[in-house]
Order: sequence, then structure tokens, then C-alpha cells
Amino acid sequence: MTAVPDIEFRAVTKRYGAVTAVGGIDLAIPPSAFVALLGPSGCGKTTCLRMIGGFEQPSEGQVLIRGNNMAGTPPYRRPVNMVFQQYALFPHLDVEENISYGLRQARPRLSSREISSRAGEALSMVQLAGYGRRKIHELSGGQQQRVALARALVNKPAVLLLDEPLAALDKKLRTDMQIELQNLQREIGITFVLVTHDQEEALSMSDFVCVMNGGRVVQLGQPSEIYDEPADLFVADFVGKTNLVSGKVAALSGDLVEVALADGTVISARKRLPLSRGEAVSVSLRPEALSLSAPGGGALKGIVRNRIFLGSTAEYAIEVQGIGSLLAKADHVIGKGNLFKPGEPVAIGFAAGAPLAFPHPKNNGTNQREDQNAEIPS
Amino acid sequence: MRGSLFRKNLVTALLLAPAAAWLVVFLVLPFVAIAIFSVGERAPEGGYQAALTLAQYANLPARATAFWNTMVLAPVGALGCLLVAYPVAYYLALRAPQRWRLILLALIVIPFWTSLLMRTYAWMYILGGRGIPALLAYVGIEDLRLINTPGAVLLGIVYGYLPLMILPIYVSLERLDRRLLEASADLGATPLSTFLGVTLRLSLPGVMTGFSLVMILLLGEYLIPTLLGGGKVFFIGNALVDLFLQSRNWPFGSAIAITLVLVSVVVLIVANRISTRLSGARRVDLI
Repeated sequence: MTAVPDIEFRAVTKRYGAVTAVGGIDLAIPPSAFVALLGPSGCGKTTCLRMIGGFEQPSEGQVLIRGNNMAGTPPYRRPVNMVFQQYALFPHLDVEENISYGLRQARPRLSSREISSRAGEALSMVQLAGYGRRKIHELSGGQQQRVALARALVNKPAVLLLDEPLAALDKKLRTDMQIELQNLQREIGITFVLVTHDQEEALSMSDFVCVMNGGRVVQLGQPSEIYDEPADLFVADFVGKTNLVSGKVAALSGDLVEVALADGTVISARKRLPLSRGEAVSVSLRPEALSLSAPGGGALKGIVRNRIFLGSTAEYAIEVQGIGSLLAKADHVIGKGNLFKPGEPVAIGFAAGAPLAFPHPKNNGTNQREDQNAEIPS
Repeated sequence: MRGSLFRKNLVTALLLAPAAAWLVVFLVLPFVAIAIFSVGERAPEGGYQAALTLAQYANLPARATAFWNTMVLAPVGALGCLLVAYPVAYYLALRAPQRWRLILLALIVIPFWTSLLMRTYAWMYILGGRGIPALLAYVGIEDLRLINTPGAVLLGIVYGYLPLMILPIYVSLERLDRRLLEASADLGATPLSTFLGVTLRLSLPGVMTGFSLVMILLLGEYLIPTLLGGGKVFFIGNALVDLFLQSRNWPFGSAIAITLVLVSVVVLIVANRISTRLSGARRVDLI
């Protein structure tokens, strides 16, 4: 790839006193992509976003925007704009004044005709044409969200930063906004960097997901890659639902590994990290990779404990002797009464290659911080 | 239903009664008395004599100097207070480390637990012949007069009323959502435009509260002009003391008092209008 990345982190570390919020991140965010920084609270994702915006300075390393080192560049000189958590709209200005705030700061000054026409365009872009004279407190949460978007995008930033922008919206509105954000990003063609702790949001909206944990980037990849080929146990567990079954490595052959489960069953799994014989591992089994059938075949036997019928699919909690409860998800085929009932014994099978074996995480290196992205360190 | 409504009204009445009684006895009645006095005449031996005349009001220009001093020094003093108080409040609310804030606030307030009289006396000595002028005489600056000048009164005013200005401004800056400042910087505003466009703008209710508070108290100020103005810088408050206690011209004093009240009300209304307009639709509590 020859194109200069829109955002680049070079060995970036951020410490607050003795606490390391971000520990040596190298990251290149390709141009014109929708990228999600995903991780639990305290993983350093918000700190990363704030370092791009210029609200925090890295303790070590460099942040580059379109190839330019941003060290010492204050937020007001950076070619990025942010949509803040809870939007941070100016309460003393109306909708149009909020949107044109950035345009009024431009030097050399823009003509007032240009300012009002660009603000008008931005308003229509977020479908709020005619709302220009409204006060901020007269708007609904969803409308405020749109104003915040328009206020940032009207400045034509190189990169748009979004700090948990949908967290305050209800589910229906959130889904609508997810689609709208995706469309906007494709229309405008600039890079969007979204910070979220909601893995579903990250998977559904972005072209690339950057999974973070303990101040480090654990995996960067396309959503399907992250889901299908998680880099480690944390990603497997954090992204999507999965069953984690512990066992011991019985044999190794190339990319495959034979794992002896607690009940003695030996299953074949793929490995993503080096493993040694006898090592304790966790095997990740996605619920939809499990197939249920009448007793007889399958790798594992169990008893249905619970069934949640969701229409297109059904979720089963299955008790497996010596292993524990497994979650299985089966597609529902109309007219084919293939639902198992609670109490019924079932055989559980899985596609070859579906199970993934991971070493147990070592305790060093996961210096989880207290919920640091909720507050702005002063 | 009727009974419970009656009970509710009774409770409300009982809750309000003490305050209402207090206000009627100590505010409304004296005000009515003064209003009546102001259209009366001075009795030959001093005090009040019934009459219905606007002569006292027509005589107001006789005390024009006191009005003039008050009308100039009160706003200028309040402005002086504001200029000193704003940076202090700004530092306390936005820059001071969190754990120092309360201590620093206390340091500002504690001196004001001492009587204003004592502290103003202290200024009398500092500004008087044996104070700063004596020190300046050592370096060859002779015959500098500080005490008994409008400048001394102004200094006393700024000193005396500073906390009343700092606290409301501090509160409004404290409440300011810091993310708005970040949003402003993010949108390309320099620190100066962020200060003017967001910080100052959103702290104006506090500024107007402090300003009108100090201004209203200054309109009735008596102590500072007496001690630091030495009878040369007269305020309306001094004129009132003189008229009621010395020359016992109650009707004229009453006319001045009524005028003062009217001026205060106008100041309050104007201040309220301005701050309401500046801060958008939000209601502003003056005190």
C-alpha cells in the first residue's frame, strides 16, 4: 500500500502518573475507511481518540495525521473534527450557529454567504433542513446527534472522530443512525474513526475493527476476520458470543491441535498462537458452529436445559456432562419441526475447523485501568 | 376533597406566614412610612410634619454630588471588582488543582469573617500619612495624597466586595461543561476565541449576578466613603445618615431614599434583562 495512512500511531504510549492507559501502540488507519476502536471500558480506546484530536499528548511516540507529525499541534490546528459523547453542543447557540461555529473560526475568514450556504448544506445532509433556528434544548437526542455530526462534518475534516456517538440513543434510533453513519461515510469518502464498547456496533458499521485491551491493540482486521479468526482468547470472547471450553493439548500437527476436554472427549481445533503439548487451553466454539441432532452421532452429548425461540433462529442452553453449559444457535426452517425441547438429550457436532484453541492468557501485560474513558483526565 | 384542599392551603399559609409577617413589618411598613414622609415637610424642630408636596423631590439637586458620586463610583467600583474577580474565579474553577480548590476558596472568604469596619480602618492607616505615602517619601516622592480621595474609596470598595463578585462567577464557571471548551477547540477556535465565545458567554449569568449584587450594595454604601473618603467623597448613604441623624430633615432624607430604591430597581431590571438575553432562554437567579 503506497497511500499515506490518514492516521498513524508510532509506538504511542500514554501514561497518567503511574498508570499506563496506552502502552506502545503502532497503528496505521488506511484512508477512506470506517474504522472502529473496540474494547472494554478502560482499554485505552478513548485515550487514543483524544490523542488524535489533540486533547491528550502521547507520553512517548508519535501520532501522525496524513503523514504529518502532530506533536505540539493544538486541537484547533488539526484537520480532524470530533463528535463528542453527549454531543457537547453549545447551549447558548441555536442549531445553525452551532453548525457554523467551525466555519466562523476559519482564517482567512469565509464570507457570511458561504458560511450560511455551507451550514444549510450540512443541515440537509443530516436531514434537519428547516431546524436552523431551533434551540439545542428543543431537540430530541437523535436530532442533537445529527447536529453534532453536521457541526463536525461542515468543516470538511480529513478524519471524523466519533466518541461513542450512539451510546445515548435508544435501540431503534441507534440502528437507524448506524445505517446513516455508514451511508454518510461512503458519500463523503473521508475516514471515520469510531470509538465504541459495543461489539455489534463495531462489526456492523465498520470496514476495519481495531480491538483493544489493556492499552494495546490486540487485533486489527475486517469485521468477518475478527469474528472468524480472533487473534486471541480475549478477542474470541469479547467479539460475538462464544462458548469457552477448557482442555489440555493432547497432540499437535501443523495448524491443528488435538484437545482433550475435561470429560475425556478429544476434539480437533485450529490454533492461532503457538501451543505446546500438555498446555492448558481454552477452546472457543461459536454457538452457530454447533449443530444439534438426535442422539447417536456428534462429538458431544448433552441435555437441552433451555430454549429461546427467536423466530429465524433458536438458542439452546445445553448441559454437557463434565464440561458445563454450552450455547447453541440453530437456524429455524419453516415447516420443519426441528426444535428440541428442554430435557431432551441431543448430540452436538461442529464443522471441522470451527473450534479454535487458545492458550490461557498470562497475567502480565494486561494492566487493565479503572474506567478511564468515562472521565476526561484534567 | 374540599377539606384536604383547605388543609393544603392552610399549611402553605402557615409556612409563608413568618416570612410574610417579617417582610410586612420590616420592609413594607417602613417603605410606606418613608413614602409618606417624602411628600411631607420638615417640622420646625426637625423630624416630620404632615403635608402633601413634591418640594423634597424638587430639592434633590441639592444633594447632586452624593448622587453623582454614588452613580459613578458604584458602577466603577463594581467594574473594578469584576476585573479583579474574574481572573481569580477563572483560575479557581478551571485551572486550580481539584484538591486545592476548597482551600483557596476558603482563603478568599476567611478574611471577610473579620468586620468590614476593622479592615477598612486598616486601609485608613495603610493609605494614610504614616502608611504608603511615608514609605514613598523615603524614595523622594513627596506630598502624595491617597486617603480621602475617590481612588481610596474605589480601592476600599473593590477590596470589600471582592468575594461577593468572585463566588457567583466561580459557581457559573464551575458548572461549565468542559467538553464545550474541547468542542470549541476541536472546531478550530483559538484559546482566545474559545474564551470569548464559550467561557465568558456562558459565565455571564454569574457575572451579572455578581455585578448587580455588588452594585446594589454599593448604592447604599456608607462605611467605606466615610472612612476612606473622609467626608470629601460623599455617597447617598452618607447623605441619608446626615439628613436623618444630624440635620433631622426626615422628609428630604425620605425623598432621597425613595429615589435610591427606584434607581436600584431599575438597575436590577436592566441587569436581569441583559443576562437573560445573553444566556439564551435560561432563567437567571439574581441572588
